[in-house]
Amino acid sequence: MKRALITTLLLPFAAFAAGILLISLLLPNVALAAGTEFSLVIRDHQFEPAELTLPSGTKIRLKVENQDATPEEFDSFSLNREKAIAGHSSAIIYIGPLAPGRYPFTGEFHSDTAKGVIVAQ
Amino acid sequence: MFATAIIVFREVLEASLIIGILAAATRSVPNSRRWLIAGLLAGLAGSGLVAAFTDVLGSLASGVGQEIFNSIVLGIAVLMLAWHNIWMSSHGAALAASAKSTGRNITDGTSECSILLVIVGLAVLREGSETVLFLYGIAASNDGGQNAMLLGGLVGMLAGIAVGYLLYAGLLRVPLRWFFTATGLLVLLLAAGMASQAAHFLIQADLLPSLAAPLWDTSAVLPESGLPGMLLHTLIGYDSRPAGMQIVFYLVALVSIFIGMRLVSRPRRKSFSK
Repeated sequence: MKRALITTLLLPFAAFAAGILLISLLLPNVALAAGTEFSLVIRDHQFEPAELTLPSGTKIRLKVENQDATPEEFDSFSLNREKAIAGHSSAIIYIGPLAPGRYPFTGEFHSDTAKGVIVAQ
Repeated sequence: MFATAIIVFREVLEASLIIGILAAATRSVPNSRRWLIAGLLAGLAGSGLVAAFTDVLGSLASGVGQEIFNSIVLGIAVLMLAWHNIWMSSHGAALAASAKSTGRNITDGTSECSILLVIVGLAVLREGSETVLFLYGIAASNDGGQNAMLLGGLVGMLAGIAVGYLLYAGLLRVPLRWFFTATGLLVLLLAAGMASQAAHFLIQADLLPSLAAPLWDTSAVLPESGLPGMLLHTLIGYDSRPAGMQIVFYLVALVSIFIGMRLVSRPRRKSFSK
């Protein structure tokens, strides 16, 4: 009974270690795979630029810099992306390759003002 | 206020549905309630910590630390749910018997209970940290109208908990004959959905290829922003624009857990039938 408990508690740690190992093996690929970089800025709960034109058919490394003091969540159902960004910090979000079209996104925590659209051409 | 309620509802709903299913599935495991509450409290404490260190987490691993963290949490949850379901199918007959006659106890529920603690803790941790971050943002801003927004948050939270409770109460009404099949199926789909979400985060971090993205687009018919889509997203892992790799993860989890359940339940069934 005690042994079962120990095994159970050890399992998540073993899984965690395996995960870390796997990721550290994969990490060198991040730099290689990094696509074209584009940036967005969040200021006063608004995106700048509100409309971002990107090339279609290629992987994009999107850098979102939150200049506000409050946290924000980059959220886009059409891009199938969601990421929390703490105040005064930046986040990297990989998107695409996208088909040509318009992909709206919002700052979920201030969705009445934080709106934007990515236009893939 | 309304927008706040919806955001908090979305976050709470996911954890709430998971807890509802697990609470029902383990209803006849001794002491399971105590472990469930311990998991809930641990998850709440953890979500505060994760929210406080969002900037640190985000800057790890060249800016994709958050995705790696989420996929590890989901990966562990999938393993735990798999273990839970396999354990359940090997003890199902004994549990059914004990649910009928309350006097009998299951021999060893401790390992199962600690699994319950981990799953509930992780579910609350993941969804809770975003809620904490969001509510902290409201409390920290000086926009005015904070009280109305925090009230909205409370309404959303209560609504999310209520839906999870409804699922729990509904499951308890399922006749005992089908009960373990029903909860087993729900947990199986839950685990497969989480595996797909883990793949989603690894694709977002550019650590996995997407293999055709999106594979299909049903957002016009069944959007994830609506309540049905939201519920299906948690319950069966529905994604309106999934990447091919997500489907691969989904199917691998589904099939391997199912085989595991079959393998342990077959020899047991013989020994239980008199």
